[in-house]
Amino acid sequence: MSGQLVARFRSVAESGVAVAIGIIAGGLIMLAFRYDPIRAYIALFTGAFGSVSGLLESLAFATPLMVSAVTFAVGVRASLFNIGAEGQAYVGAIGAIIVGGTVLLPPGVHPIAATVFAMCLGAAWALPAAILKIWRGVHEVVSTIMLNWIAFWLTTYLIRTYLGEPGRTERAIPALPTARYPVIGETLTAIIFVTVGFCLLVTILLWRTGIGFELRLVGDNPEAAKYAGASSSRAILVSFLVGGLAAGLAGATQILGRPPSWTLYATLGNVLNLGFDGIAVALIGRNHPIGGIFAAIFYGGLLHGGRFMEYQAGVASELVEAINGIIVIALAIPEIVAILRRRRES
Amino acid sequence: MRLSRRLQWYLIGIVVTMILMYLVSLAGLGVNRLIETGLLAMTPLALAAVGECLNEQAGTMNVGIEGIFLITSILGVYWAELLGSGFYGLLAGCASGALVGLMFGLICVYGKANQVVAGMGLNILALGLGPYLIMSFWAFPGMHIFPHELMFAPVYLRVADQYFILSPVTVAAIIIPILAYLLLTRTLLGIRIRAAGENPIAVDVAGVSVGRVRVLMCTVGAALAGLGGAFMSLGWFGTVVKEITAGRGFIALAAVVFSGLNPLLALVAAFIFGFSEGLAFTIVVSPGVKEVVPFYFVQMIPYAVTLLILAAIGGKRFPRALGRPYVRE
Repeated sequence: MSGQLVARFRSVAESGVAVAIGIIAGGLIMLAFRYDPIRAYIALFTGAFGSVSGLLESLAFATPLMVSAVTFAVGVRASLFNIGAEGQAYVGAIGAIIVGGTVLLPPGVHPIAATVFAMCLGAAWALPAAILKIWRGVHEVVSTIMLNWIAFWLTTYLIRTYLGEPGRTERAIPALPTARYPVIGETLTAIIFVTVGFCLLVTILLWRTGIGFELRLVGDNPEAAKYAGASSSRAILVSFLVGGLAAGLAGATQILGRPPSWTLYATLGNVLNLGFDGIAVALIGRNHPIGGIFAAIFYGGLLHGGRFMEYQAGVASELVEAINGIIVIALAIPEIVAILRRRRES
Repeated sequence: MRLSRRLQWYLIGIVVTMILMYLVSLAGLGVNRLIETGLLAMTPLALAAVGECLNEQAGTMNVGIEGIFLITSILGVYWAELLGSGFYGLLAGCASGALVGLMFGLICVYGKANQVVAGMGLNILALGLGPYLIMSFWAFPGMHIFPHELMFAPVYLRVADQYFILSPVTVAAIIIPILAYLLLTRTLLGIRIRAAGENPIAVDVAGVSVGRVRVLMCTVGAALAGLGGAFMSLGWFGTVVKEITAGRGFIALAAVVFSGLNPLLALVAAFIFGFSEGLAFTIVVSPGVKEVVPFYFVQMIPYAVTLLILAAIGGKRFPRALGRPYVRE
């Protein structure tokens, strides 16, 4: 038990070191263009976590990220590099609009039906990549990216043609009031309970069920899995489908649970990058759904605080994404904590 | 890399092209225009794919081509404006690609990084750094149009009283795969590169540093991708936008998978993928056709073609030590 605890502590420490490296490197990038990093970071963190409204808004940003991170994390557990959350989230958002915006249902049932439909569409969009992987051995990095781009154009097409809001061509039909999750405060809605619950369910699936054990065995040690009679095809399929459900939910949160628009813009502006941010969140959360919740809150804070950084220190808010990338690169290096420890000892 | 297999793929490539041409002329599109845009679209794909072939032959995998494309397409324009010439801009793009590749190689070889995660990190980094750089350089969000004189413009060729445009970079993108193929199969360095990917212990025992070979190939591969990235803005589109790469880095990766790390086949794949993109561009501007096929579906063509070809090819054999850091025992 204590060994497990040490391992858990070490992985949290590694994430901490990587985050610190990302923040320092981000500061250096600001300095290179003569911005004031101290002022920028103070604006960022007080904006994100310094007030109740800031905190609520950061949680609203974190809501989709914790589930789009699950897509990547479940993939990694089966030793897959599933980066299709992006496209699956677009398709999930469309699913939420179809049921949430065009079907008439009673209040309590409507949000549930729309969410479930969105998740199913997300899973359906993950299916081709799973089939290609199992049947033809096609590398999932390439196939999921191609599906992301096809989803992008398909979604734009649907908004521009069948699902556009009459009189407002720049966006789709908003979710009907009966389909909306209740607002908690700022733009945070009750859908955060659904996403947190989903993360907990996936944790139970991975660590408390036979299929989860099989999935992790195939990921950890394919040879042993083969001898134990585990089916790698089934593990891959389950991993992709759970990932698709998660990404579909991530897309749905922006439609059914995000005021003020409750809809999807034709530029896909409000779902863009959910999948890619999810990769970083999953890695910071050490590919664990619960770790992902905390990492999502951290990253949601960066996204929300980035706006304050932009208008108080003049630094383009996209820099947050660059910091994110540096954190991911730092997390890719297994030796990073070991190197630091050795240096301190010598 | 047996000859008969190679010939088989060349034949498939030629047949596919001819069928496409036939369909194009049936649909009433200009074949000239299709070849021109197809070759332009092929150029960055071919350069990046060949670079990645060399890189993966030596045993490191860089899935961050998309990120390198974006960063170098912006830095290329920045340096072109600073130095007053599109050609220098291309060189600067190539050099900044090399620099990124060098750092990536050092991280992968000496930091023993997980290469797929590091490469994806590079993509995410570029996703943020790209718009940040555009904003910082030109104080305008997300796009920049540079003076037209700075274009490294294609030259006009006259073939049988038809005008035809061709970029010198395209010519380079056709010659470089041939040189890369000769490098891999006919030189000592080529043997070392392939051995570093297949059996790094043998390279080490022979007294050659595996790490150095891999870092060198990472640098060369990323330099070629950088040339491709700078070409996109300086030699092709004439603008920089933050979405300029549009998944082409991953299409280049698909070309690498298709090729099984043979640079000549990578060129063939880049040609097919570039062509499908050229087809999309041509349909969009052709009167009579653009009204029938929705714009959004045309935009899907390159990605759908890539997916279908991958499904047809399936998995291929890759070097045994690919993606694994070399640890001396």
